[in-house]
Amino acid sequence: MTVALPVSTDQFAVPEEHQRRRGLWRRLPTRAKVGAILLGAFVLAAIIGPLLTPYDPSFQNPSPSLSLQPPDAAHLLGTTQSGQDVFSQLLVGIRLTLELALIVGVVATVLSVVVGVAAAYLGGVWDEVLSLATNVFLVIPALPLLIILLGYLPQKGQTATVLVLAGLGWPWGARLIRAQTMAIRGRDFVAASRETGEPTWRILAFEIVPNEVSLIAASFVNTVLYAIGASVALAFLGLADLTSWSLGTMLYWAESQQALQIGAWWWFVPPGLAVALMGTALVLLNSGIDELGNPRLRDAGGVSAAAWKHLRPTDPTPVLQVAPARRRWRSGPRTGGDLP
Amino acid sequence: MPFIVRRLIFYIVAAWVALTINFFIPRAMPGNAVESIMSKFPNLQPSAYKALQALLGVGHPGSLWDQYWAYLVNVFHFNFGVDVTNYPAKVSTLIGQTIPWTIILVGSATVIAFLAGTALGIVAGWRHGGWVDRVLPGLMFFQAVPYFFLALILLELLAVRGHLLPLGQGYAGGLVPGWHWDFLGSAIYHSLLPAFTIVIASVAGWMLQMRNVMITTIGEDYMLAAQAKGLSTRRVMFTYAARNALLPQLQGFGLAVGFVVSGAIVMEIVFSYPGIGLLLLNAVTSNDFPLMQAIFLVITFAVLLANVIVDVIIVAIDPRARAREGAR
Repeated sequence: MTVALPVSTDQFAVPEEHQRRRGLWRRLPTRAKVGAILLGAFVLAAIIGPLLTPYDPSFQNPSPSLSLQPPDAAHLLGTTQSGQDVFSQLLVGIRLTLELALIVGVVATVLSVVVGVAAAYLGGVWDEVLSLATNVFLVIPALPLLIILLGYLPQKGQTATVLVLAGLGWPWGARLIRAQTMAIRGRDFVAASRETGEPTWRILAFEIVPNEVSLIAASFVNTVLYAIGASVALAFLGLADLTSWSLGTMLYWAESQQALQIGAWWWFVPPGLAVALMGTALVLLNSGIDELGNPRLRDAGGVSAAAWKHLRPTDPTPVLQVAPARRRWRSGPRTGGDLP
Repeated sequence: MPFIVRRLIFYIVAAWVALTINFFIPRAMPGNAVESIMSKFPNLQPSAYKALQALLGVGHPGSLWDQYWAYLVNVFHFNFGVDVTNYPAKVSTLIGQTIPWTIILVGSATVIAFLAGTALGIVAGWRHGGWVDRVLPGLMFFQAVPYFFLALILLELLAVRGHLLPLGQGYAGGLVPGWHWDFLGSAIYHSLLPAFTIVIASVAGWMLQMRNVMITTIGEDYMLAAQAKGLSTRRVMFTYAARNALLPQLQGFGLAVGFVVSGAIVMEIVFSYPGIGLLLLNAVTSNDFPLMQAIFLVITFAVLLANVIVDVIIVAIDPRARAREGAR
C-alpha cells in the first residue's frame, strides 16, 4: 500500500462511500464479470451469428475433396463427412440451443415464482399441497422421466421439448422462493399494506415479488443452465428434432458418424466446447450473484496474499477490504505510515 | 411425529405420485403405442397384443379405475409384463440383470466424489483464499462441460489413443460373469474410466457447496468460543466447523441423487456399460414401452431408497433432527 489512506477517525466511512459511488458493474466480483462477458458473447453470436453464416448449415457439398476437411480459410471449423460447414452449424446451433434454454428458463421461473409465492403466502392447506408437490418433483429423477415422455412422443419437436423441460424444471426455484417469501411475509411493510386494505394480488406483485428479484434472477440462471444441459443430453441421445441444428444435434451427428474415431476433432469438439463455455459463464455468473448477496463468500482476490497471512481462519471474513489494514493496526507496531 | 416417520410418509407419497404418473403417461400421450410396437415386432403373439393393450390402456381394457388397480397389483408383484424386444423374456428379469452393474459402479463413484468433494470443500473453506480455493473456478468448468462430451474425450485419449484403459463394456469379452478373480478383475478394470469421469464431473459441485457452508459456519460465535477455549485447530476444524457444515451437504446429497442417476444413464450409453441406463436407451429407440416404464419406476424407487438412507444418516449425526418435532 503505497498511497496513504485519507486520515479519518471513522475508518469505515470512506470505503463505504466508495462502495456506494461505484456502479453495480464495479461491485460485481471478477468471476461474475467474466461470466457476464462470456455469456454476452454467446448471446451476440446467437443474435447476429445466423446472419453471418458463410454457408447453409444443411448444404451437403458433394465434392469428395470437401468431405472431412480440417479447418482452413474457406471453412473456419472444417467440414463434416457430407461436406457441411461446421462453423455455420455452430452459429445456427448456438442460437437454437440458447433460444430453447431461455424460453424454458422464463416459463419454469414463472411457474416456480407462482408456486413458491402462493404456497408461502396463502399458507394452510395450499402450502401443504404445493410444498408436497414441489418436494415430490424434486426427488423424482428428471432425466429418466424426460426420456420416457419424449420416447412416447411421435414428433419430438421444439415445442414438445420446451414444454417437457419447463414442466420438470420449476421445483428447485419454487422451494427457494417459498422459503424467501416465508421470511418476507412476516415483515412490517407487508403487514402495513395488508392493514391499508390492499388486495392480495397487489401485495404479492408490488410488495413481495420485487423483494425477491435477486433470488429469482439466480433461479432463472440455474434453470437456463439445467435447460442447456438437459436439452443437449436429450438431443445427444437422439430424443430431439434431428433435422434442426442445435449444439445437441450437432454432437449427435458427430458421434453417430464417429467423428472422434476418424480423427475429425473439429467436428466434435467445437459444439461441446460451446456448451461447456456457456455453462461455465452461467455458473460464474451465478456464483457472482451469490457473492453479491453473501459477502462472506467473496473471493479473496481483492486482498493481497500477504495481508491474508495476518488472518487466522476463524477470524471474521473481511466484508470491507480495509480489514487487513485494521488487523495490522491492532496487532502491534505498524510497518507503514498508512494509518493515523 | 418423529422426523424419520414424517420423512417415510413423504417418500411413500412420492412413490405413489411416480406410480401414478407412470400409469397415465401412455394413456395421455398422442399416438397409439400398441400399434407402433406391433408394427416394429410383427411376429408377436395375440396374447402379447392383449397384454400390451391392458398395460398401455389402448382399446377397451375396462374402466380407468379397474386398469389402475390392476396396474398397482402388478407393480407390487414386480410383474412388469413380458418384454417385446427380447420376447419372451420378462421385463423384471432384464432389469434384474442390469441393475447390479449400475448400483455398484454409480454408487461407489458417487460416494467417492462426495467424500473427495467434501474434504476439498473443508480445506477450501478453512483456508479461504488458499490454493485449494483458487482451483475451484477451474473445476467449475468440468462441471459445466456436458458429461458425455467429457467422457467421450477421455475415452478417446485414454482408451483409443493411449491404450491404457478398455474401450467400454462391463468386462472383457469371453469371460463368464461369476465370483472368480478373472471376471472380478476385468470388471474392476473396465469400471475405472467410467468411475473416474463421474468423479471428475461431480466433485466440483460438492466442493463448492461444502466450501460455502464452511465459510458461513466459520463466522459463527461458537467457533470463536471454541478457539478461545484453546482447543486444537484440528478439533475446531473438524468437530466444530465441518460437522455442522456437513448437514446441509447431506441434505443436498439426497436431492442430488436424481442428478447422479441422470449422469449415470448417459455414462452407460457412452461406455456401452451393461447397466440400466443403456437398457433404457435401447428400450426408447426400439419403442419398447413396457420396459421403458418399468425402468423409470425402478430408477425412481432406487432414488427414493437412497434418500431414506441419507435421512437415517442425518438422524444419526444430527441430534436436532432427533429432537425436533416434525421437521421439514
